Amino acid sequence: MDEGKKLHVHDKVFLSLPLLISIIKLSTTAILFYDSLAFHNKHFCTLAKRQMLSMSTNNLSYSDQGGTDSAVEVGQETTPTSSNAGAGFGLFSVDFKKNEDLKEMLESNKESLKLEAMKRVVGLIAKGKNASELFPAVVKNVASKNIELKKLVYVYLVRYAEEQQDLALLSISTFQRALKDPNQLIRASALRVLSSIRVPIIVPIMMLAIKEAASDMSPYVRKTSAHAIQKLYSLDQDQKELLIEVIEKLLKDKSTLVAGSVVMAFEEVCPDRIDLIHKNYRKLCNLLVDVEEWGQVVIISMLTRYARTQFTNPWKEEGVFDERNERAFYESDEEKTRDETEAKPYMMDPDHRLLLRNTKPLLQSRNTAVVMSVAQLYWHLAPKNEVSIITKSLVRLLRSHREVQYIVLQNIATMSIQRKGMFEPYMKSFYVRSTDATHIKSLKLEILTSLANEANISTILREFQTYVKSQDKQFAAGTIQAIGRCATNISEVTDTCLNGLVLLLSNRDETVVAESVVVIRKLLQIQPTQHSDIIKHMAQLFDNITVPMARASILWLMGEYCERVPKIAPDVLRKMAKSFTSEEDIVKLQTVNLAAKLYLTNSKQTKLLTQYILNLGKYDQNYDIRDRTRFIRQLIVPNDKNGALSKYAHRILLAPKPAPVLESAYKDRDRYQLGTLSHTINTKASGYLELSDWPAVAPDQSVRNVEVIEPVKEWAPSLGKTGKSKPAKSSDDKFYSDSGEEEEEKGSGSSSSEDGSSSSSEESGSDAESHVQKNSSQSSEESDKSSSQSEKSSSESDSEKKERKTKTPLQKKTVKPTAKDSDSDENGNIAKEANSSSAEESYSDSDSDSESDSDTHTDSDSGTEHKKETKSKAKPKVSGPAFVPEKSHDLLHRMTGKGLSAQYQFPRQPCLYQPTMVSVQISLTNTTDHPLEQIHIGDRSPTGLNMHCFNTIECLEPEASVTVFMGIDFNDSTQAANFQLCTKEDHFSVSIQPAIGELLLPITMTELDFRKEKGKLLGMNESSATITMAAENMTSQPISRPVATVANLGVVPSSQGNVHRFAGKTASSRAVVLVTVELRESSTALITINTEKSVMGSMLLRDLKLALAQA
Amino acid sequence: MIHSLFLVNSSGDIFLEKHWKSVVSRSVCDYFFEAQERASEPENVPPVIPTPHHYLISVLRHRIYFVAVIQSEVPPLFVIEFLHRVVDTFQDYFGVCTEAAIKDNVVVVYELLEEMLDNGFPLATESNILKELIKPPTILRTVVNTITGSTNVGEQLPTGQLSVVPWRRTGVKYTNNEAYFDVVEEIDAIIDKSGSTITAEIQGVIDACVKLTGMPDLTLSFMNPRLLDDVSFHPCVRFKRWEAERILSFIPPDGNFRLLSYHVSSQNLVAIPVYVKHNITFREGSSQGRFELTLGPKQTMGKGVEAVLVSSQLPRGVLNTNLNPTQGTYTFDPVTKLLSWDVGKINPQKLPSLKGSMSLQAGASKPDENPTINIQFKIQQSALSGLKVNRLDMYGEKYKPFKGIKYMTKAGKFQIATR
Repeated sequence: MDEGKKLHVHDKVFLSLPLLISIIKLSTTAILFYDSLAFHNKHFCTLAKRQMLSMSTNNLSYSDQGGTDSAVEVGQETTPTSSNAGAGFGLFSVDFKKNEDLKEMLESNKESLKLEAMKRVVGLIAKGKNASELFPAVVKNVASKNIELKKLVYVYLVRYAEEQQDLALLSISTFQRALKDPNQLIRASALRVLSSIRVPIIVPIMMLAIKEAASDMSPYVRKTSAHAIQKLYSLDQDQKELLIEVIEKLLKDKSTLVAGSVVMAFEEVCPDRIDLIHKNYRKLCNLLVDVEEWGQVVIISMLTRYARTQFTNPWKEEGVFDERNERAFYESDEEKTRDETEAKPYMMDPDHRLLLRNTKPLLQSRNTAVVMSVAQLYWHLAPKNEVSIITKSLVRLLRSHREVQYIVLQNIATMSIQRKGMFEPYMKSFYVRSTDATHIKSLKLEILTSLANEANISTILREFQTYVKSQDKQFAAGTIQAIGRCATNISEVTDTCLNGLVLLLSNRDETVVAESVVVIRKLLQIQPTQHSDIIKHMAQLFDNITVPMARASILWLMGEYCERVPKIAPDVLRKMAKSFTSEEDIVKLQTVNLAAKLYLTNSKQTKLLTQYILNLGKYDQNYDIRDRTRFIRQLIVPNDKNGALSKYAHRILLAPKPAPVLESAYKDRDRYQLGTLSHTINTKASGYLELSDWPAVAPDQSVRNVEVIEPVKEWAPSLGKTGKSKPAKSSDDKFYSDSGEEEEEKGSGSSSSEDGSSSSSEESGSDAESHVQKNSSQSSEESDKSSSQSEKSSSESDSEKKERKTKTPLQKKTVKPTAKDSDSDENGNIAKEANSSSAEESYSDSDSDSESDSDTHTDSDSGTEHKKETKSKAKPKVSGPAFVPEKSHDLLHRMTGKGLSAQYQFPRQPCLYQPTMVSVQISLTNTTDHPLEQIHIGDRSPTGLNMHCFNTIECLEPEASVTVFMGIDFNDSTQAANFQLCTKEDHFSVSIQPAIGELLLPITMTELDFRKEKGKLLGMNESSATITMAAENMTSQPISRPVATVANLGVVPSSQGNVHRFAGKTASSRAVVLVTVELRESSTALITINTEKSVMGSMLLRDLKLALAQA
Repeated sequence: MIHSLFLVNSSGDIFLEKHWKSVVSRSVCDYFFEAQERASEPENVPPVIPTPHHYLISVLRHRIYFVAVIQSEVPPLFVIEFLHRVVDTFQDYFGVCTEAAIKDNVVVVYELLEEMLDNGFPLATESNILKELIKPPTILRTVVNTITGSTNVGEQLPTGQLSVVPWRRTGVKYTNNEAYFDVVEEIDAIIDKSGSTITAEIQGVIDACVKLTGMPDLTLSFMNPRLLDDVSFHPCVRFKRWEAERILSFIPPDGNFRLLSYHVSSQNLVAIPVYVKHNITFREGSSQGRFELTLGPKQTMGKGVEAVLVSSQLPRGVLNTNLNPTQGTYTFDPVTKLLSWDVGKINPQKLPSLKGSMSLQAGASKPDENPTINIQFKIQQSALSGLKVNRLDMYGEKYKPFKGIKYMTKAGKFQIATR
């Protein structure tokens, strides 16, 4: 860029020698670039010339922008490519000219011109015009500061990167940098674009970026990474295994924002890896209501498939009562199942029930896709008697747009064939309106026909009568077919229908008549005996009917039942003989058939006629007819050669024929999962995932049991082993859980000799609170033991483990002392704790969800200590807070809370329950005039934050208030923790939003350590700003005050008067946070923050800047 | 999921295309055009069209086909619902969703589509979020932008996206705090020739326009919530509260939104607010037909019936009509055979009628079908089902908002068979 700057200074026309050389240098690189793009060599000279000229101007204009990166520089060098390429196509000179001025605009140094040009380029893309030749000119704007310009460049890049892979690479470094931006929006959009440019070379870069983003602090970025997984997968399928790892990780994510996207990725990349879902099944069910609507659809359809593989059939029992037809076919099987079910009554898996229960509210969604997906879930999974709850919602969808109606009606059509009862009460909703589109009309007909039964058939037929008169003839014809179907299905009305149809034969419209004839023919075939008068009637109409299909049908009827109309049939044949040559092919064929049949039954009258017709047929233009004629002649007219065959002619031609079955086109459509594209088009769409049959025996249920990271409830001991108190193991299978536990402990034992104390201390957290509060005699005894001799505990614990009925005693052994330690003496017992922490760490390794599980805070502190020992030698200790701000925040206003008001503040005490938690002090006040009962914490939020609830407050008298403590693991993010505050009658949603400074814990360290630590956290991990301070802040005391107000940091003693240091660590991940405030002359100060949590760093910096500048 | 989107106008031109994955050639739309040709009416184009390599799912709104290209299995409603959401968003941004409006705002359209889908999966479809990302174009802003060079694109991540209430933006401020709710009911009915009701049902919606500062928490209760048989909510409504207490409790989005749509339980007999006397006859052999139509109010609870519009598709045999309305104007299109009569307000003292003759094609036999009559009307200040809002309360903010509730009844698909 230096050359560029120099150039700028010099005259544009006159170029000094060194400059010329430098330009030539640049041009050669550009030429090499061309080479790589496989340009023709003969262009070189001209190119080089153009190059030099345009380079000079380019550099001139470019240098204005200053510090842009090298990638953009290269992009710029290549600019002439497009002009050259453009010139090559003389044909498109107009286009080329237009693009030329766009290019100039893009290269100008005015932001507004560039923006205008980009807008026009996007216009070109939108119209589908090719704007790829502008690529080099556009791509260099990728680093623009103007957000709109940048976004439009992204749009362009994503559209054309695939075509211009080499040039697209130039933009990559910009995105890579943006991936580290403190602003989550920028990180997310960088990942979005990076993963959208389909250039195979960058697969490794994408992979890296995805992995990183998957553990980003911001759920929005994580969501983007889930989307990127699918993009990368479609670009390079070889990455599957790695991507599955990322999916597995993201599936564990508790943010509702991520859930939908990651399940989508799962469905795309590895839908067969059902094992990944087990552990997340319950979480997904519980989050479902709060996931955004599009995610809901995807999750529900995935869970439907999942449930079909994991739960047993809930229909078995009812099958005996409900589905008589099926039983007829599978009599023996059914009996067997009945035996089985009698022996072992069906019990629905609680997880199966959970899914059904949690999806039900979504039937009320405004999103039709969500409603449909819940409907199909119920259809495929719910016990038969529960399916009908979806009816109302589906009928509601019929009020929606036409396209929605179409899909919903299709699905109802399939359902209504199997379960008439579901939709019968809503029959009127399927009445056809004259304004409906044709495909809607025919679907409604379909459904009405399926719903018809003895009771309602008269109503339906009356409705059908009006349809027949419709102006839409195609629809009228469909109605006639529907009437035919009703007539065959319901024997009571067959005659009525037939008569009605016969009346239609005198209709003026041909299509109606023709359709009636065809349907009558089918009906007569079913019960031919009684209806010779109808056949006669039709013969009379024959002259007036012109539609070939109808004429053919009548002729066939005549032939088939010629014995019932012995007088008329020959007469019809006579007429046909006259008009034979002018008939349609299909009519001719049936005439030949009729002639043959009559010849066999009534040869006296028709012999000559038949021969005449056969002769006509012999010379027909159509080979089918000639062929048929030849065949018939050989068959029926006896001669020497084929005597054997003609004996059977009667049996061949007049064999009793099975009646046609009139059935719905939607029969058996449910072989496809309802609501899917495959169901709609009735063929397997690519990527359709088969819904498996119910397993005969349910697979192991315990696979879904999750080691919930939820803090363990304090009342655990009183309840014994409940699923919540030790969520890893569900309450009902104690046996397994115990053995599992032991195994785990053995595992940790192998890594550490002190396994007894480790496992006990590990579990202690879960009961710390209970322990403090309940103080059961047993536990206190044991804690005494363990506190006196911690070494002994290991051997003891083993023996005790076998004795104990619950887990608690073991857990309690070291709890008490450590908890006490934490209260009284922060630094106590380091040696012992170090031991336990090492063991604890090994334990946590075996545990999938890190050590956040449960341990007392002191333990964990030493845990950090220990980690730091391995990583670095510094040994900072948690100190007491330097300052506790009194400020409290409204949690629940008394108006919203119906008289219950709640306020919270951060006491800045290390949390007792879990070290990763931030303690929150909540004061509850009852402002009503009656006591409030059972105040407790209800459902916590979708954000799924790990929190420790306070004990249920049984009763809060009027005007009384109470203060309780909670622990919340904010996971080092300022995202609010949402939960419900419940009383006996009500529940209120509340949320706690921590300031960034509250997520820290102060630590003490020496200045030397501070410097050492700081030395490790430079570069990316450092953020700094210079501010102007208020005058009164220039002394040391007031400085530490505002800093401490903003953030919970410990003061590091400083040897320099003008430099103040503060140290802390983040509560959740225990990353060290170092703050340096350096006072300078003229009341300015330099704030530097060093931490590996760079996002937190920048947020903290912002808060500090505010506080120090104004204070 | 959604690969590409093509916008096709009524004359069959693709005027906008957008791809979220690899580019799909626009020739894929040929299959769509084929189907379009086969369909007699624009509405009759099937919404799902399979082609050898792709599937086309389309919706038709405002005479524009929105054709989405799909490559593999996806719930069709998912795509359809999304496309409608796109149309709604365009309408929200540009006032109308016409070809001209889309072409004029092609950049905003592109920016919107870019935000709404990522890799074919919906990203941000909530209007409040989108408006924070991309400001809707207004004349003033366009002028300002051209002068100052500022942009339509928001610089901040919409706070809603990450907050507990993703549908509401934070930092809303109004000087006048107001919340309006419109209870609009539509009656769908099919009446047979004798005037008896074949089906009638009431569907309603509550549309809200809420302009309140901060994070208000509203509750809305009804006098007679039992009337509501089936409901669907905006995501902001707390479902559990409704289940337990039949109270709508919600933090509203900012601006206009549909709070609730409901269906009135079918046990309640629906009072039909208008009646029609008709006599439409064609005589065999003559080239004349008689046409008589009289409208009257019925069970309107004292409220006037307004904006009445009668339309009817006459049989193909009708060449022209010679009719006399006692009020309003009527038109007959000899090509489409569509008769429409703009009646206006019904005066109970002097009932509006339309009488006269129709000339038929000479020689042709008399048409054997009688037309159905479609009626549109409005009744202000009344909800036909009798639904009443009891009270609206606001928590969470200190100021007193201005609250308003309006009722209206409209005809939905209101049909009268004349034979």
